[in-house]
Amino acid sequence: MAVAEREHAAVEVVDLGTTSLRELNQRLHDLAGGAPGPRHFRILNPSGAHAVACGLDAEIGVEIEGHVGYYCAGMNQLATVRVHGNASTGIAENMMSGRVLVDGNVSQSAGATGRGGLLVVRGNASSRCGISMKGIDIVVGGSVGHMSAFMAQTGCLVVCGDSGEALGDSIYEARLYVRGSVASLGADCIEKELRDEHVEQVRGLLEAAAIDADPSEFRRYGSARQLYTFKVDNAAAY
Amino acid sequence: MCGIVGLFAKSPEIEERLGVHLAAMLVQMSSRGPDSAGVAVYRDRAPSGSSKLTLYSADPHERWGAVRDELCDAFGMCAEPSVRASHAVLVVAAEAADAETWVREHRPDLRVMSVGEVIEIYKETGLPEEFARAFRLEDFRGTHALGHTRMATESRVTTEGSHPFSTGLDLCLVHNGSLSNHNRLRQNLRREGIEFQTDNDTEVAAGYLAWRLREGASLEEALEGCLDDLDGFYTFAVGTADGFAVLRDPIACKPAVLAETDEWVAMSSEWRSIAMLPGAADARAWEPEPGVVYAWEKALV
Repeated sequence: MAVAEREHAAVEVVDLGTTSLRELNQRLHDLAGGAPGPRHFRILNPSGAHAVACGLDAEIGVEIEGHVGYYCAGMNQLATVRVHGNASTGIAENMMSGRVLVDGNVSQSAGATGRGGLLVVRGNASSRCGISMKGIDIVVGGSVGHMSAFMAQTGCLVVCGDSGEALGDSIYEARLYVRGSVASLGADCIEKELRDEHVEQVRGLLEAAAIDADPSEFRRYGSARQLYTFKVDNAAAY
Repeated sequence: MCGIVGLFAKSPEIEERLGVHLAAMLVQMSSRGPDSAGVAVYRDRAPSGSSKLTLYSADPHERWGAVRDELCDAFGMCAEPSVRASHAVLVVAAEAADAETWVREHRPDLRVMSVGEVIEIYKETGLPEEFARAFRLEDFRGTHALGHTRMATESRVTTEGSHPFSTGLDLCLVHNGSLSNHNRLRQNLRREGIEFQTDNDTEVAAGYLAWRLREGASLEEALEGCLDDLDGFYTFAVGTADGFAVLRDPIACKPAVLAETDEWVAMSSEWRSIAMLPGAADARAWEPEPGVVYAWEKALV
């Protein structure tokens, strides 16, 4: 068998028009802990199904051809999941590590409570993007809706377009970078100086997201530290 | 929870199979609302000078022929009833308001589900799939339709508490969400002469729209009034003789997705429903902005 053929054979194609979602997710879960099996999957006909490729824990690549429903790639660890379409509520919610990439738009609560990894949305994200994020990095090529980064604790939210109302309401120590306009800032969220280290951070995230934008054009927002009990002695923990 | 679907035909092919598409969309929303289901279908305009009533009877052996005879005696002419499960559509040679008043006075045991020239509303408790079968949804051809699957939170699971709710001639409302100021608002609207049949929150929103429209507001103005006067969560879809409109509350907790092709405009609580439509994969799809009224009308498309 030629190399190209072997590589082709290594991609497992799963059609959700004929295979149940439970079967698919079980197949992907069985690869946890480095178990033998294909490392690349193509999923056809998701048709807005919920919880597609949820709870993965393996260094595998999953390409989804179409729009997905709620909680796609939720709780992801290690895997790279790409949605060639739009995603509904809670894409990559509570992600621990790995990457989730969406070519289209995403609905509310994208990357909610995420603890690690990178979420890239090439289109727009609607309300509550990055709500309660705890270490995940999120890069949005378009704009985000209202109440984004609500109670965001750590990690970065990079928005290449505009932000809706109440950005960063009740924010803790997450860093918010927005290139366009911000409709309004939420409680205890303020604009902060964009220093060289921040430009470099944005540059790195844009590169990782493969999104072409000038990092020096962004403005930085974060916590005024008036609403929660910030102790400078604990700064290293944030 | 609850699920909402809407479909607006832009081609004769979609009009021809409106009911098939509507049923497929509705069944996809079963998990959001297994308690009851309902549809408003806009089809078969009543002849000039006539109006169309959709009536519901709790009596499974209702003699609809006798109802028709009584209407004939009262108004001179009434077409054969078109019966689907517990509902019947009657086309009467009378003004819509007169026909409705007659039913309320002479047959208080029947419920008037809808009244107008083109609208027909059907709703019943039970799973959406059973509803679609019992009411032969796949038969329907028409210009546009709304559908609803209900998971009851505010009031009992009954036929009357199911959606859509009539909000006036050829108008209806479906709702995903819950309203918290409906008791006070119901009292206020009763003083304005708006009647209510249930303790359901959505019926109050329907009554509110009916009142605003009666007072001269445009549909868009009436919907925008909801942003100030209704407290709670909602995604609304309103059906009119010519199309439908969609509104989400400013917080936008309740989902909605819109999509459009050259053949149709569709709205749903989730993409799963829209995915059932022909050409969905290539449709332009987007999430409606909170607090913004979106409307499609036959004349505008």
